[in-house]
Amino acid sequence: MDKERINVSRREFLIHSTALGAGFSLGLYLPFSGNAFAAGGVAPTVSSSVPEVNAWVVIEPDDTVVIRIARSEMGQGTLTGLAQLVAEELECDWAKVTTEYPTPGQNLDRDNIWGSFLTGGSRGIRGSQQYVRKGGAVARQMLIEAAAEKWKVPMAECHAVNSVITHRPSGRSTTYGKVAAAAATMFPPDQVELKDPKDWKLIGQPVKRLDTVDKLNGKQVYGADLKLEGMLNAAIKACPVFGGKLKSFDAAKVNNMPGVRKVVAVQDNAVAVVAETWWQAKTALDALPITWDNGPNATLSSASIEKMLEAGLTSKQNVFVGNQHGDVNKALQGAVKTVEATYGYPYQNHACMEPMNATARWTRDRCEVWCPTQNGTAALQAAVAAADLPISQCDVYKLLIGGGFGRRGFHDFVTQVVTIAKQLPGTPIKLLWTREEDMAHGYYHPITKCKLVGGLDASGNLTGLHVRISGQSILAAVNPKWLSNGADMITFQGLLPEGEHAISYTVPNLLVEHAMRNPPVPPGFWRGVNINQNAIYLECFIDELAHAAGKDALEFRRKLLADQPKSLAVLNAVAKKAGWGKPAAKGVYRGLSVCKTFDSYVAACAEVSVDAKGKLRIRRIVAATDPGYAVNPQQIEAQVEGSFVFGLSALLYDECTLKDGAVEQTNFHNYPSMLIAEMPKVEVIVMPSGGFWGGIGEPTIAVAAPAVLNAIFAATGKRIRQLPIKDTALRSA
Amino acid sequence: MAKLNINGKHIDIEVDGATPLLWVLREQLGLTGTKYSCGIGLCGACTVHIDGKAVRSCLVPVSTLSASKAIVTIEALSADNNHPIQQAWKTLDVPQCGYCQSGMIMAAAALLKTNAQPSDADIDANITNICRCGTFNRVRRGIHLAADINKRGRS
Ligand code: FES
Ligand code: FES
Repeated sequence: MDKERINVSRREFLIHSTALGAGFSLGLYLPFSGNAFAAGGVAPTVSSSVPEVNAWVVIEPDDTVVIRIARSEMGQGTLTGLAQLVAEELECDWAKVTTEYPTPGQNLDRDNIWGSFLTGGSRGIRGSQQYVRKGGAVARQMLIEAAAEKWKVPMAECHAVNSVITHRPSGRSTTYGKVAAAAATMFPPDQVELKDPKDWKLIGQPVKRLDTVDKLNGKQVYGADLKLEGMLNAAIKACPVFGGKLKSFDAAKVNNMPGVRKVVAVQDNAVAVVAETWWQAKTALDALPITWDNGPNATLSSASIEKMLEAGLTSKQNVFVGNQHGDVNKALQGAVKTVEATYGYPYQNHACMEPMNATARWTRDRCEVWCPTQNGTAALQAAVAAADLPISQCDVYKLLIGGGFGRRGFHDFVTQVVTIAKQLPGTPIKLLWTREEDMAHGYYHPITKCKLVGGLDASGNLTGLHVRISGQSILAAVNPKWLSNGADMITFQGLLPEGEHAISYTVPNLLVEHAMRNPPVPPGFWRGVNINQNAIYLECFIDELAHAAGKDALEFRRKLLADQPKSLAVLNAVAKKAGWGKPAAKGVYRGLSVCKTFDSYVAACAEVSVDAKGKLRIRRIVAATDPGYAVNPQQIEAQVEGSFVFGLSALLYDECTLKDGAVEQTNFHNYPSMLIAEMPKVEVIVMPSGGFWGGIGEPTIAVAAPAVLNAIFAATGKRIRQLPIKDTALRSA
Repeated sequence: MAKLNINGKHIDIEVDGATPLLWVLREQLGLTGTKYSCGIGLCGACTVHIDGKAVRSCLVPVSTLSASKAIVTIEALSADNNHPIQQAWKTLDVPQCGYCQSGMIMAAAALLKTNAQPSDADIDANITNICRCGTFNRVRRGIHLAADINKRGRS
């Protein structure tokens, strides 16, 4: 890729200049410096009133560079990565970079100048890389122009490196901090050029995260830690049965308990106790007599859902086609050998370490919310709807997130806290869920089953593949407007004909279908979304086919990937590094997996052993990813390793089952997460081939589970087709 | 009324004795570095040191404590982020979201106190904190690095 030439719109300039005229830049400093936030990492460190250079960049007289970040940091490193992108073009001193979040309300006031606040779909970097780099480039130009003007020399004779502007002919120099105020009054350039990737100095470097220090000494303020003047605390319980309602509660029984201030109904399905401390609120809530109206789903169970999905595997009703070419029926009829298998993937909770929470203060003319959110704009909308106030009188202040994984793209807790705060006007209310509430009211990884039939010819080539998914659609529940003629295309992630989630294999006759079956359990986006199960379905079944064809699992895949050089490259990379084809240590067995998702190409080779008693040990995973451009390789490694903990916990343990319309799991004893003792060695190969921007946070999660399952088959001859493995006997028949 | 010894200070505090130490720290003393995640002793996010040992504070009613038990929280692990574990964590960029890390750091620091050079097996046996972001391999490297930092400091 060459330099990109980017136009700077006039409209942007107008906003910028009016903003200054109205003293707007002052308003950008979030309204809480000096209070509890002063200690917290991303909290604004800026308290001076220097004007911004542009929306993305503020430079203090001491050369501190404040870069504005619209997307949310939840551990995935986006905050640092985005700052790297801006700083690359800004040519500033990385050691002086700090960050702050603009609010969604400010974004609205400024006509969406920071673009999307949504942090999901592994889009943080790839979805905003161009405009944030542009933001940095524009600011650099303005700073140089300000210096040139001061020196009365042509701008073309000046350049900037490391926050220092130099006039080449005279050797004169100045710093960004000295000209920032003047730069803020400059017209932005009509056009800027983005650097050629080969000239990048900061992008591609394994720089340290910007948000580490306060996470080491307890200073980082998360939503759950927030304390505002005069704040009260709330604990909440919603009807555990999905769709059930609150019938009544007996506040008199707890009103006199220590610290209790008020017991309130929240919407039509929950009750909250507000007290001086959260522990008092929770203690009173536990003692509160509540009667629920369990509603229409009171008999829902895992068995009834299973039946519904089972029927969908062969039904003709409500079936959508995601990918089709050739004639799969003919191919299967003409096959020398057919293989058939049915797989299943359960409901799963995100189980973020920081339980759901939000803080709100509501008055008749203003509503403010502080919360960890993956989508500030959606959080604002939720606040507005609950506050019953115009959007201009509401705002949301984002806090660093103690784990998101998709859960914090939903804002039920914002609706709740505003509903509570409205009943105590003027008093800030912090709502914190218990772990038990979090387990009972998730937006669960959807449940599906999948039946696959494949046909092989006499030489063991795959001639036809029929994939029938039966199960829940996320989009139908979250926003039916996102369906395409009734179909939920995200259900086909990793199996689509083209795009960021295209199937990697070339199969001559292919049919991929989805029988949409929507049980009344709220589904949501869960790290990886539908690639988790689809990669298991496809990659384990490909292994079954290779086995049936009597072929090596690597060779079998290679042939099907002949048209996909990038997928082939990551697969070859893991096979080589893991030593595929060479004998492993005694008792150690290998399994492979490859896929393309979120526009990145990923592959894994897992090594496992299963002892005589059936105890599984995942020993090593070699993983490769080609994300096009790799902004921060050490953070990519961290994401790959981290996503394996999430994906392998899901493989080994995690399942939300339903009984009497409610989730049975309540805490980490019956919804365990992997521990350090179970963690395999992970070797990450980052192999950016350039020319595109793929996602990082989610793609590699997809290949861990199928690679391990394929290795378990190699070790035991046993196919596990239903997650989680949990107590499945790996050694018995 | 409870008499506590927290981070080297004696504190008299008006509180119901059944209240877990975790909530006294977080809500009454403003020491919010110690985190709540499960409340039943399973995750380790609430780990503090009591007389040098790692303890999950969500399980400790304040009535069971006294001024003779020295409680140390993450805020007082070191004066300026320079405990070997903190140094190692910084060098390796261990935290992701960071929410579990106070507990992880306190557990790791307690381990080093009794075992200056823990093996991988020692780490597996002693570090049982949950981290949903999946920082385990860096945690392991971090503990080894901190052990090295300690050793260099001593020699
Ligand atoms: S909060 Fe104490 S162990 Fe989880
Ligand atoms: S760093 Fe996020 S839970 Fe451990």
